[in-house]
Amino acid sequence: MTPLIEVHDLHFQYEDGTQALDGVTFSLQPGETVALFGANGSGKTTFVLHLNGILEGQGSVAVCGMPVIKENLTAVRSKIGMVFQDSDEQLFMPTVREDVAFGPLNQGLTPEQAVARAKVALEQVGMTHTLDKAPYHLSAGEKRRVALAGVLAMEPEILVLDEPTTFLDPPAQRNLLHLLQGLPQAKLIVTHDTRFAAALATRAVFFDRGKLVADGDVEEIVRHFDWTYPVLPEDLRYSAQRRF
Amino acid sequence: MHHVLVDRWSRGTSRLHARDPRAKILAVVAFLIVLATTPPHAAVPLMIYTVLLLAGILIAGLPVGSVALRGMAVLPFSLTFGLISWLAGDALRAQALVEKSYLSAVAVLLLAGTTPLPLLLQGLEALGTPRFLVMVTQFLYRYLFVISEQAQHFRLAAACREGAHKKHRRMRFRGAAGALAVLFARSYYRAEGIHRAMLARSFSGRFGVLGGLHFRASDLLFTLAIGMFLIVVRVQ
Repeated sequence: MTPLIEVHDLHFQYEDGTQALDGVTFSLQPGETVALFGANGSGKTTFVLHLNGILEGQGSVAVCGMPVIKENLTAVRSKIGMVFQDSDEQLFMPTVREDVAFGPLNQGLTPEQAVARAKVALEQVGMTHTLDKAPYHLSAGEKRRVALAGVLAMEPEILVLDEPTTFLDPPAQRNLLHLLQGLPQAKLIVTHDTRFAAALATRAVFFDRGKLVADGDVEEIVRHFDWTYPVLPEDLRYSAQRRF
Repeated sequence: MHHVLVDRWSRGTSRLHARDPRAKILAVVAFLIVLATTPPHAAVPLMIYTVLLLAGILIAGLPVGSVALRGMAVLPFSLTFGLISWLAGDALRAQALVEKSYLSAVAVLLLAGTTPLPLLLQGLEALGTPRFLVMVTQFLYRYLFVISEQAQHFRLAAACREGAHKKHRRMRFRGAAGALAVLFARSYYRAEGIHRAMLARSFSGRFGVLGGLHFRASDLLFTLAIGMFLIVVRVQ
């Protein structure tokens, strides 16, 4: 079976000389959900920005069998939907309807088709009622859902989510988790939230200083790199009975 | 915030709200031209223009006091030029300058308060405004909220750390200047992020338009009626 994403020996250096990616090799199979772990600045986001040609490094990147080169960018970007960490950067149109229809219009659909796609995508994320609202009137959780709808409206085969739980309160995180569990696309999730990843991912990889240093089961990776939030000892936890 | 209020006004359902944005833009342009060319001593036409605007505000169901108050935003500028004219010995011109600029501001406010920004921009584009200008306005309006929110965070953070320097205006000024520089840099990075998000959704340099403007016979009638009325008032 052709992998949905195939990356071989990818290198990338920023203009200031920072070696952000150093020989990354990776593949994503249909139906998989892979969590990308690693410290801040380890190269996770830089890596995903190569998948739709926003950044261009040395090495080979292919999406759905198509090499990510200038000639293929329109087709590649239709296959891979990216939900960015900051929804405010993604929701730039004046209304939700126009924002969600932005991608389909760029794909060459007619305005009527684009609006129909937008409505279906908003229904998928449970945000139909915001169709004519301005994005700045939405809460953080709603913005994240609408941003996801903007990507789903393009009917991608792969979803890439960069820190999807950032800025979300626990109920909004739960809602997002349920929503993502119900989506059929293969997913790549850049996250620090190991519980969120464990609930979604079938596999995890670990980035360290631009290298992909581990690839395996989520629990195993989390345990191996001790990639968990600290559990406070009993005496340091808040207690309503404690007298200060 | 000021523009949030205007945004809320623009979502109304009056007959004026229902007019095609192009009809309203043309009517306001006609109003501004007629107003600008009215002689300073023509008190009656100026009164009629005021009544016309008042009627528009009432038909649109906008709060008269609030619109009148917000129209005063131009007064600091027009009063300055008015003062210069007055000092130069032309009191009539000074008065007309202030009156005309104020009425112009109210007219534009009436247009913005009865037309949601996306439709207004669409109307401007349909009337030949360069697309680039429309896009810049659209982005400016959208991210004004985000940037002002960041500025408020800066102000809060600065207030929390003012401490002993609270009374030192110079220190506060330096802090504000630094915050402005950081805000500028952040805006630049945000612009980069937005561009990436646009590229990720297959943006190729041209914005697609969903359509939705319908110039009906009633819109034509509206534009002609306003135009004719203004011309009659002007030439009388």
